[in-house]
Amino acid sequence: MAGITRRRFIRDGAAAVAITYAAPAFLSDIARAQGAVARNLVVLYLSGGNDALNTVVPYTDGFYYSRRPNIAVPAGLVLQIGSDAAGRPLGLHPRLTGLRDIFNEGRLAIIQRTGYENSSRSHFQGIDIWGTGDPRSTSGTGWLGRYLDTLGSSDPLVAWNSTRETPRALVSRTVGVPAIPDARTYSFSSPNTGAEALAERDAATRMASASDSSAPHLAFVSSTTLGAFSTLDRVGAVAGYVPSIGYPNSGLGLALKTVAGAIAKGVGTRVFWVSTGGFDTHANEGAAGVGAYATLMGTVNDSVLAFYSDLKNQGLLGSTMLLEFSEFGRRISENGSQGTDHGAAAVMMALGGGVRGGLYGTAPSLDPDPANPTLENAGADVRHETDFRSVYAKVLDSWLGVDSVSVLGGNFKNGPGIV
Amino acid sequence: MPRGDQPIDHLLRRAGFGATTAETALFSGMSLSAAIAQLLDYQRQPDEVDSKIGSDQYVGVTTRGGAFSPNTNIEDARQRWLFRMVHSQRPLQEKMTLFWHQHFATAYGKVAGFGGPIQGTKMMALVSGALPGPQGQIELFRSRALGKFRDLLIEVARDPAMIVWLDGRTNTRQRPQENFGREVMELFTFGIGNYSEQDVYAAARVFTGWNLQLAGANNQDPNAYYEFSYRPNQHDPTAKVFTFPIYADGGQTIPARAAADGMQDGIDFLSALARHPETARRLVRKMWGFFVSEQESAPADFVEGAVKVYLGSDTEIRPVVDYILRSPWFLDPRSLYARYSWPAEFVARAVKETGWQGFSIDGARTPLANMGQTLFDPPDVNGWELGAGWISTGAMLARMNFASTLAANQKFNLARAVPQGARTAADAFIGAMLNRFSPMSYTEGSRAALLGYVASGGPWTGSDTQLNIKAPSVARLILGSAEYQFV
Repeated sequence: MAGITRRRFIRDGAAAVAITYAAPAFLSDIARAQGAVARNLVVLYLSGGNDALNTVVPYTDGFYYSRRPNIAVPAGLVLQIGSDAAGRPLGLHPRLTGLRDIFNEGRLAIIQRTGYENSSRSHFQGIDIWGTGDPRSTSGTGWLGRYLDTLGSSDPLVAWNSTRETPRALVSRTVGVPAIPDARTYSFSSPNTGAEALAERDAATRMASASDSSAPHLAFVSSTTLGAFSTLDRVGAVAGYVPSIGYPNSGLGLALKTVAGAIAKGVGTRVFWVSTGGFDTHANEGAAGVGAYATLMGTVNDSVLAFYSDLKNQGLLGSTMLLEFSEFGRRISENGSQGTDHGAAAVMMALGGGVRGGLYGTAPSLDPDPANPTLENAGADVRHETDFRSVYAKVLDSWLGVDSVSVLGGNFKNGPGIV
Repeated sequence: MPRGDQPIDHLLRRAGFGATTAETALFSGMSLSAAIAQLLDYQRQPDEVDSKIGSDQYVGVTTRGGAFSPNTNIEDARQRWLFRMVHSQRPLQEKMTLFWHQHFATAYGKVAGFGGPIQGTKMMALVSGALPGPQGQIELFRSRALGKFRDLLIEVARDPAMIVWLDGRTNTRQRPQENFGREVMELFTFGIGNYSEQDVYAAARVFTGWNLQLAGANNQDPNAYYEFSYRPNQHDPTAKVFTFPIYADGGQTIPARAAADGMQDGIDFLSALARHPETARRLVRKMWGFFVSEQESAPADFVEGAVKVYLGSDTEIRPVVDYILRSPWFLDPRSLYARYSWPAEFVARAVKETGWQGFSIDGARTPLANMGQTLFDPPDVNGWELGAGWISTGAMLARMNFASTLAANQKFNLARAVPQGARTAADAFIGAMLNRFSPMSYTEGSRAALLGYVASGGPWTGSDTQLNIKAPSVARLILGSAEYQFV
């Protein structure tokens, strides 16, 4: 997408945030309601465009095998999870054993063929559309940001971004979401120590509070600094979290362990954002359920399973939902590199103590006939069946307890009953 | 006028990485026009900066067992580039190299995943002639920083690192691979809205057979190298039809031609993209954000003026940058500090203004990762999220903490550099510190907070002991302030 457009909406978001932050209320010590366990949402973004057809495999569709001669998951290897509403048997990728177990516990919902009309094949436009929740717009606030706006919270830690860049979905008018890629390095240091360092930190806070609030960009940076100072100590406490179970030593494993720590320590966060990359598998996805794509599936499976088990052990599963998505699915036919190019509809998953598990939506027929209504782009790509906004709406209405119509700017209340 | 508001300082922040005391002295004797000419005609300045690595009087580097190896070790390549940002006598060349790195964002991680760390570093960073093999991608940007965009685009399309990065090596006649064909239109040239899915399919076929090969026994050998290789037997020789003009006569079809001549398909296609008016508009808007302002959109007058220069000079970049730096918008007061500094810019400027005696630039590598910019490793082909996208709580802590590390390291230098006459009065001390650095002007309240800090812990006398304590913390407060994050 055009860089200028991207900058412009960040600017607009920044200006709005800065104005709110410059309000005196922000500068006062923040009272934090920690008592009752509030429901939270953990959004997991698979970055690069996940190959949904190798995640949830239509293993009885002959076209799946004829169009993917090198990268199809053999029917004998899939983890069977039954059939969808249309009677089409489906199986999970063989590395998803943990997800299969959660599915069998009735706590994993799989929503096939999610997307939107005229699906963008661009990563950057795609992720922005999934972020705004509006296929016509790649700018402005995000769907989670607008949810945060409804909370009226003055605490930036109401949301927690475990990546370095603020995703479009978390751009909010009222909350400058903290970016905490690693809680262990989220700290303040000074050339001096003791009282001198404290005096310096105090001066830094005063300088940021006194900077020119009529200059929106300057105010945005100052407010971000103040946000950092107001979250330092609580994030520091989370960095010392000892989980009930071992997590894999991957970026996603660390991120989800930290999220579990924040939930366990009750820092008041309602929305977490985690991401794992490598899904832009144009080449060498791997054959027979092993190789690069299997590694990706392993990373997701092992980290998510640890997270689920950790929360379950502590009785915290009931307040948590994890929602997985990717910016698009991939083309049905493999390319010459044993990979797949950018496609259309994707698969979403939700898991947690309040999730009604099961298979939602129907699998496509992969018959390349251009008249096949479950495909688009002359039979090249999977066509969406469930509007992704209807999944968002279900999460907003039935899990987070806000009116989805006001957050999404339209009525998408016909979504799958995953919660 | 505060130092930072001076046109020369503005120019050196935008067309360079800020200024050392010596550079400020050198440029302040010049007219603005002469300074612009000196920056633009950088080939007249010596390019001996690499020979200074490891010398006293320059920022240090850290080696990890063995010689400093910027051609085969990516950590050393990163140190070398930062060293050049701090010390090069051709700052605009380094600045444009960084611009192209963002524009053609290619990540070492995937390149090394294919070729191993030695070949990965060579493909990204090899200095021509230092070892056998073609120059690395960043050196390609450096050598063609202000040249014709058309030529650069063609070189990038055959650059081994790019061929690995966007999977060109697996793009064959039998099974075309769309990655490069899509991104060259979406991100490298005219952008979304100017092409269709059919164009993506056709573009993929254009580049079938554009591949690379290893020269040498194995990729562990520093003397081995990857080079471009066109493979006619993998090229699709049939015609490719586009929805936009490829040829000057308006023709939209690249004709069928013998596979042996098939590389001409790509040259025709890239030439058309480079000369497309929408490519020109997209590039000059990016340059507006890079040189002039991220806070105001490029005015139509500016865009059309710059596009005319670009198209009129057969896609040459030097006249475009010349036009920008001499345009009224560049010096408009609204353009002052209207850019968020990139982390690499922040680090280079902080080192230039703080000093570096006894500091290793290696100390900036991990902080840069925490600030969100690992050189040679942009997050994806769209590059880094610029502007406000650089700023988050975690990134601000990383900027402040780097400032702390640097200021603590330069503690005595900072204290000793305070002029005798500016020591005894706290206000004069703050004034001297602010003149040493060049932040956007502070409000009275922010300045009062700095004074309050100086007065904390006992009455200010300006003793050496007090200066040793307060000077580094004041430096850190300035470098970590919101005002300093803008250039």
